[in-house]
Amino acid sequence: MWQYILKRLILMIPTLVGAAILIFFLLRLIPGDVCELKMAGAGLYADQEQIDICRENLGLNRPILVQFWEFFSGFLTFDLGKSMWTGKEITYEIGLRFQLSLQVAIMATLVSILLAIPLGTISAVRQNTWLDYGVRAFSIAGIAIPSFWLGIMIILGLLIFTQAWFGTPWMPPIEYVPIWVDPLANLSQLIWPAIATGYRYSAVATRMTRSALLEVLREDYIRTARAKGLMEKLIINRHALKNSMLPVVTVIGIEFAFLMGGLVVTEQVFNLNGLGKLFVESVTNQDFAMTQALVMLVVCVFIFTNFVVDIMYAWLDPRIRYA
Amino acid sequence: MKFPRKFAVPVAAGLALAFGMADAAKAETPKKGGVLNFVVGSKIPSYDGHIEGTFGMIHPIRPFYSTLIRVNPDNPSSPTDFVCDLCVGEVPKGEDGGTKYVFKIRDDVKFHDGTPLTADDIVATYKKIIFPPEGIASARKAFFKMVESVEKTGPNEVTFKLKFPSGSFIPSVAMPFNFVYAKKDLDEHGYTWHQKNVNGTGAFSFVQHQPGSFVEGKKYDGYHHKGKPHLDGFKAISAPKMALRLQAIRGDRAAIEFRGFPPKARDDLKKALGDKITVQESDWNCILLATPNQRRKPFDDPRVRQALSLALDRWGGSKYLSKIAIVKTPGGVVFPNHPLAATKEELQKLPGFGTDLKANREKAKKLLKEAGVENLKIQFNNRGVDQPYKVVGTWLIDQWKQIGVDAEQQVNPSPVFYDKLRKKFDFDVSIDFNCQSVVNPIADVTKFLGSAGNNYGGYKDEKLEAIYDKLLRAETEEEQRKIMREYETRALTQAHLIPTLWWYKINPHRSYVKGWKIAPSHYLNQHLDQVWIDK
Repeated sequence: MWQYILKRLILMIPTLVGAAILIFFLLRLIPGDVCELKMAGAGLYADQEQIDICRENLGLNRPILVQFWEFFSGFLTFDLGKSMWTGKEITYEIGLRFQLSLQVAIMATLVSILLAIPLGTISAVRQNTWLDYGVRAFSIAGIAIPSFWLGIMIILGLLIFTQAWFGTPWMPPIEYVPIWVDPLANLSQLIWPAIATGYRYSAVATRMTRSALLEVLREDYIRTARAKGLMEKLIINRHALKNSMLPVVTVIGIEFAFLMGGLVVTEQVFNLNGLGKLFVESVTNQDFAMTQALVMLVVCVFIFTNFVVDIMYAWLDPRIRYA
Repeated sequence: MKFPRKFAVPVAAGLALAFGMADAAKAETPKKGGVLNFVVGSKIPSYDGHIEGTFGMIHPIRPFYSTLIRVNPDNPSSPTDFVCDLCVGEVPKGEDGGTKYVFKIRDDVKFHDGTPLTADDIVATYKKIIFPPEGIASARKAFFKMVESVEKTGPNEVTFKLKFPSGSFIPSVAMPFNFVYAKKDLDEHGYTWHQKNVNGTGAFSFVQHQPGSFVEGKKYDGYHHKGKPHLDGFKAISAPKMALRLQAIRGDRAAIEFRGFPPKARDDLKKALGDKITVQESDWNCILLATPNQRRKPFDDPRVRQALSLALDRWGGSKYLSKIAIVKTPGGVVFPNHPLAATKEELQKLPGFGTDLKANREKAKKLLKEAGVENLKIQFNNRGVDQPYKVVGTWLIDQWKQIGVDAEQQVNPSPVFYDKLRKKFDFDVSIDFNCQSVVNPIADVTKFLGSAGNNYGGYKDEKLEAIYDKLLRAETEEEQRKIMREYETRALTQAHLIPTLWWYKINPHRSYVKGWKIAPSHYLNQHLDQVWIDK
């Protein structure tokens, strides 16, 4: 098992280096300049001399390889530098948003699991009944409806219905309060995006659970268990479900990693100050330093999640760790 | 005793009026307390007003600072009414033929850290803005080209000496970006300290900033305008999506958004909340301009440029576009409500502003024929922002089609748009814009000069430069107005930049927000010291 873990860890290095090279040079291909945007983006007059001073201060005039080495060596020593837009430490900027994104990702994943596994199981056990059709329709709708649209509908629905019922329109808070400061305010803000994105991701996991479970239910050992006279509930819970979880765990793991940096539109819709919003802002502001750091963070999250999924594979299926 | 019936109606009306007036007077007495939540659609690059140019910084940070003078908060719609903020009495008039301005500084002002404000702070601030040391940026240095020196000339006295008299000096001083900093902070911490730290003399002191989320301020008890501010504090909540800002006002998560909404948003809010929403509207010191690239043929030909201007139905466009976009008023080079602006009659004499649209377009076609480009095709660079860029861009294409010009609109994200416009000059015609804070026509119209740093048309017009030179030195308003007409006629006849419509600012807000008056710019009147909550 340790050898297996070590091999997985070593494989992370070339992925990180490749990602760093790609993101650094691809960003430089995008036309535009953070100084132009900062000083003249709003349409006010800005002196070329002032824009040049800004470029000089940000080190944008230095040779590209020098800039790359600064970025890469900084990444290796966990010194991500400063945001070109705000001048604040990148670790501080990311740290502020990380807890919100992490909480939404965890809540959305929980919503997804709570919906997907029971529904997928019911759908598989009651295959080709109205219950199965209902669950499939529900999950296909989840895939078809973009979560940002669902988010907008949730907010509008809350505004319209609360006004109709209570006379005063209500919408979720638009500023983040940590859960340990005010749990009610925190949950009343984050539950809605968690539902909107959790439903979307549950759809994929539901279908995956259903198909994986159907496959397992046709295995010989399930037939043997039934022939032995074991209770159906026991067969499903103990023998079938655990063995069908392998692809489901993969899907949920990848979804979780994606949620950490990929809630770009949902965060905008609910005004969440998370990593997705920061990502969009840093790209539109041409803040290279911040964008690079965020991409590397997402790469790290993906690599780590894949690593955890690999370990879970080995735990769920002993054949993998012995192979 | 029976009350005569014939007096009943007048007496009842009189009583109603009296009670109504009393009620109105009571309603207009500011109430103390409360926290104002407002939404901001842009981000804060840094807290330093001297280097930033976005309302994303002004709206949340301006309440922490004072300026030497400011636009009159009780009359912000006037483009010429300035009052003292940190100075005493009236805004000084120019002495020595308009080359010397002496400001008496208040002696009852303290910074939030307790340091008393002196003339040295004013001098240090303006030296940083006008004569920054090497390597230190100052976004509005160019506005003070007329200033020769700024010196302390008494214990509470600061004197600006100008190289030549200039009508744009006082409006430049009144710009809301000119935050007054403590000399002590500049000396001890350096010229970049204010990018990340706040220490002002404004109505509110800084509490916290959660980047990307909100800025919080609390009432400053030592504020120099006695009895103000009325609020206990404010929270400026960052909300980049317009739909969310609108919903935030509807759901009462925010009371106001100071930049402005399009007409449809105003109507939706009004429909949903009725008299709980108050709407303030104003002309906006911002205009979209079509810029022909004179480095490319045939745009170096004035006939072609003039044809593009003649094609525009500005008066009709004003009527229709104002229903869907944040533009409204046809105007020339000067903000429409300013004394230096052209009157309607003067405007209608300029090419493209006449009311006989058919004649204009016939002339445009004739000019294109003379220039040998009857089937002109244009690559039109536009910015990927709905309000009002894409709306006005689509309108322009339709207008040009009426004279046989085929324009292909390339809508680009902001960085690509700027790159094409400002660096690569990769366009035939591009949208450009002129948005300023304080209405300062003599400075604002430099946009039309080929030599201006923010002009991307790629042309030289010595005649226009010479007229501007005269304008810069004109002393009386009458003289300025006369030269401005000459300048405008030259600029718009040559059609170096083609004005579309001036923007129109619409601020629907919760009716309990009182004391805030709309100004012709979203940068102005944001110190919030006069705002109160009527709840």
